[in-house]
Amino acid sequence: MGRYVVQRIALSAIVVLLSMAFLGVFAHLVPGDPVTVILGPRASEALSQTVRAEMDLDKPVPVQVWNFVVGALQGDLGNDFVSGLPVTTLLAASLPHTVILAVASLGLAVLLGVPLGVYAATRPNGWIDRITRVISVSLITLPAFVGGLFLLLIFAIGLGVLPAIGAGNFSDPVDYARRLILPTVALAATWIGYIARLVRTSMLEVLGQNYIRTARAVGLRDRVIFYKYALKNAIIPTVAVLGVGLGSLLGGAVFVEVIFSRPGLGTLIVDSITSRNFPIVRGATLVIALFFVLANLLADLSYGFLDPRIRVQGQSA
Amino acid sequence: MAVEASPAPQASRLDGRTLPGAQVLREVARRPAGLFGLVVVVGLLVIVIFAPQLAPYEASAQRITDRLQGPSASHLLGTDELGRDLLSRLLFGTRIALGVAFPAVLVALVGGLIVGIIAGYLGGWVDKALVVVMDTVQAFPAVILALALLALLGPSLQNVVIVIAVSFAPGYARVARALVLSTKQNLYVDAERALGAGDGRIIGVHILPNIVAPLFILLAMDLPAAITVEAGLSFLGVGVQPPTPSWGVILADGFDRIRVTPWPVLTAGLTLMITTLGFTMLGETLRDVIDPRLAGIRRWNRG
Repeated sequence: MGRYVVQRIALSAIVVLLSMAFLGVFAHLVPGDPVTVILGPRASEALSQTVRAEMDLDKPVPVQVWNFVVGALQGDLGNDFVSGLPVTTLLAASLPHTVILAVASLGLAVLLGVPLGVYAATRPNGWIDRITRVISVSLITLPAFVGGLFLLLIFAIGLGVLPAIGAGNFSDPVDYARRLILPTVALAATWIGYIARLVRTSMLEVLGQNYIRTARAVGLRDRVIFYKYALKNAIIPTVAVLGVGLGSLLGGAVFVEVIFSRPGLGTLIVDSITSRNFPIVRGATLVIALFFVLANLLADLSYGFLDPRIRVQGQSA
Repeated sequence: MAVEASPAPQASRLDGRTLPGAQVLREVARRPAGLFGLVVVVGLLVIVIFAPQLAPYEASAQRITDRLQGPSASHLLGTDELGRDLLSRLLFGTRIALGVAFPAVLVALVGGLIVGIIAGYLGGWVDKALVVVMDTVQAFPAVILALALLALLGPSLQNVVIVIAVSFAPGYARVARALVLSTKQNLYVDAERALGAGDGRIIGVHILPNIVAPLFILLAMDLPAAITVEAGLSFLGVGVQPPTPSWGVILADGFDRIRVTPWPVLTAGLTLMITTLGFTMLGETLRDVIDPRLAGIRRWNRG
């Protein structure tokens, strides 16, 4: 187990360093003068000079990459072109809103998706199973921004029961929670369907195994068999995809934040692209990548923790 | 919709290459989910081809006196803030949706295929290096990577194709690599090599045919994701630009006036939903019919 953990962590660290280097050469990936690429053709000469110096674009490319990676490791992601504030300050202000949204959505998805999947698996091909399946597929294919717009239309504008705009303030937790509801549901919808489907499939697989038949033969009640014995094994694949899932969740969060005017990382990225404020785009992209890599790492590690067979494979590799 | 409940295909159907196209179609149409997908996709293709004949107005024809109307006999779905006919814009929008998604996914497939074959076939340090590169690109969620690339490239239809291709390519490379690795182990590959076949012949005759079919199934399943990403980027204003009638642009226009009229958001949203649902169901049914071994592989909804 120890070796597997170390291997996995080392690999993640390499990927993180490489993503930093990737973002370091980012402006050079597109043909043309990087300053023009970043600022667009209509930028003033003065601003071009500032940006060239600010981002080390007058130095050789390897030096730029080195400076960016070393700076990033020390928590320095450069400065905002417009306000001159450190990018990290802006990121720190946005990050909590995005993390809260992502965690709430993932929580809601697990809370609704798992029971739905278990229930569907206990009565396969019953009418509840059929309905669940249709709902799951529809939710899975529902783009987050379409779901968000529909929720906004129905609950905020049509019924007027929930606020449409802004994330609220941490000093007023009740208001903040109320403003979190619609974005959370919009973002979680895909995952409710996905988890329900995943849990159903792996439950059906587990329920066909011998130890379940034994448990039934011994006379255990269905409820105990389903929730105590079967679900424990059936949940493992779900844990594994949650890591990858966080990636699509963070992608979807961009849309949901824009639709509900939440001042999170997604809104920050989109606004910075529009205003061609490249250091912010780069910094926010890096932070999201860090979260994604970390989530994948945790999912993999907990996967190995939950399923001893993975650990053994890791050792032999 | 009964994707999982569909009867398991018989053993003789396991090999996708021996199953004739007509039979695949019949098998797909026999299942409710497949039939739904087929109807939606064929319908969309018909609209793509005959959009000018089907649409009652030009996509960008403005009649400012008719602005922001609800559904009526002359404008079946109403009009937008410039008096453009919503139904016509949605119909022409199919050309943008498919015209971006299809080339993007195809480029991703070809690029990923090349990288995957190189990595899987050569092995050794080349393989290790390429895997790390794929890991790095995939460290960025697809939408985020697409956004960051668009920040540099600038918004345009062509650039949307490029960024979708780049962010989807590692997925294909990974699957292609895995398939090459398992195909390479077959005895007949060793036999060919013993007979003096070169790398080109082994890849072209033995490896490619074995991995292309599964990759095309992935392509079918990736199309709805690509359509969603294009609409999403255009919705955010960093993708396809107005007045081009992309569904994302229509949603963005509708979002700006969502308190005045719900119709643009409602109709464009539903169009997008039905499209992704149809493509997903067709893709999943195709996968079940042609190659059930791939059942474990599911593409992520990247929206």
